[in-house]
Amino acid sequence: MHELSVTCSIVEVVAESAKGRKVNRVTVEIGELSGVVAESIAFWFAEVAKGTEAERASLDIRRIAGLARCEACGAEFSTPSMFTACPCGSYRFTRLRGEELNVKSIELEEVS
Amino acid sequence: MCTNCGCQGDAALMTDLQTGETRTLGAADQAGSSDRSPAHAPHSHDHSHLHGHSNEHTHSHDHGDDLGHGHGGAVKIVDVEMRILAKNDAEAAKNRAWFAGREILALNFVSSPGAGKTALLERTIVGLAGDPPLFVIEGDQATANDSERIRKAGAAVVQINTDTGCHLDAQMITRALSALKPSLGALLLIENVGNLVCPALFDLGERAKVVIFSVTDGEDKPLKYPHIFRAATIVLLSKIDLLPHLDFSLDEAIMNVRRVNPEAAICKISARTGEGLSDWYSWLRREAALARQAAFA
Repeated sequence: MHELSVTCSIVEVVAESAKGRKVNRVTVEIGELSGVVAESIAFWFAEVAKGTEAERASLDIRRIAGLARCEACGAEFSTPSMFTACPCGSYRFTRLRGEELNVKSIELEEVS
Repeated sequence: MCTNCGCQGDAALMTDLQTGETRTLGAADQAGSSDRSPAHAPHSHDHSHLHGHSNEHTHSHDHGDDLGHGHGGAVKIVDVEMRILAKNDAEAAKNRAWFAGREILALNFVSSPGAGKTALLERTIVGLAGDPPLFVIEGDQATANDSERIRKAGAAVVQINTDTGCHLDAQMITRALSALKPSLGALLLIENVGNLVCPALFDLGERAKVVIFSVTDGEDKPLKYPHIFRAATIVLLSKIDLLPHLDFSLDEAIMNVRRVNPEAAICKISARTGEGLSDWYSWLRREAALARQAAFA
């Protein structure tokens, strides 16, 4: 449900950076453990971008896989889900990657 | 927040139960109330997460193989490098600094609908009996029913109706604070919209999230909604007076909480019988003391 508000925030950030210029492409990073469904963002984007600088922009979504460092054994391990434990069995770890929700870059059309 | 689809903010209403005044939380109100908003915190807030430096550079590359768009000229790439929720996070940081400066303990209560958030707040208002003074912000899609209950229980309360919105955001809290004006050293209890999904993502500036996990839910709730359980500082297993009538396994439920959040405090309570509430009040008073100390840290 919150993907609609997240998409609104993406368009807002894009519009602020574009400052009235036409946007061709928007690149966002969405971590696989961010709690946001990337497909849903893609679905809402065209609708939310209507009437803004990003109206005709394509959306490039980069998915970022989960990675964590174990506090018990120190190993880095991939975390495809929220409850992936370290191979050593520990649930105490620091998440390194996978929770990203970033607007990475935008590509503007040069008017020259 | 979004002027295109009205998904947040524009359709939201705020009702001050003390005065009976209702107003919309739209864009115009935002400008008008900015001087009364609690943004004048004596602490500078951390915006290390805001990378507002738009790095612009021009690329002259032809798009011969790139079929994404059909122009042939130069394009400019702007490295935005900004968190999508940066605006909410910045507003939340302002709220957090405002709370810290006033030694206020702010808690964000989250659960599925009907898990007993309002009942627990009513009971807590009576149980703490004004020590520390208690203020409430109620979030629901519609109606002021919950805030009426809170007012009757004896606390000052502001109701936010999010309309189509599925969660409270930091800006709604900022506006509610300007109406509620919680006092120095107060306890501010924010009851979020009944939803275990969306509130996980939106920081309100609270010191801790309190997740209420009713024993009438399944034991696997933490596994189904891991984000919110992971964000919890304390999980309250509620309605334990009903356990004799249910097949609910407390051990399994607690094990599932531990799987997603090994650090969370867990407390078993019944707002109806009062069982476990003294532990809950002790936790609250301890956190309130920590919030007061943090003001001088």
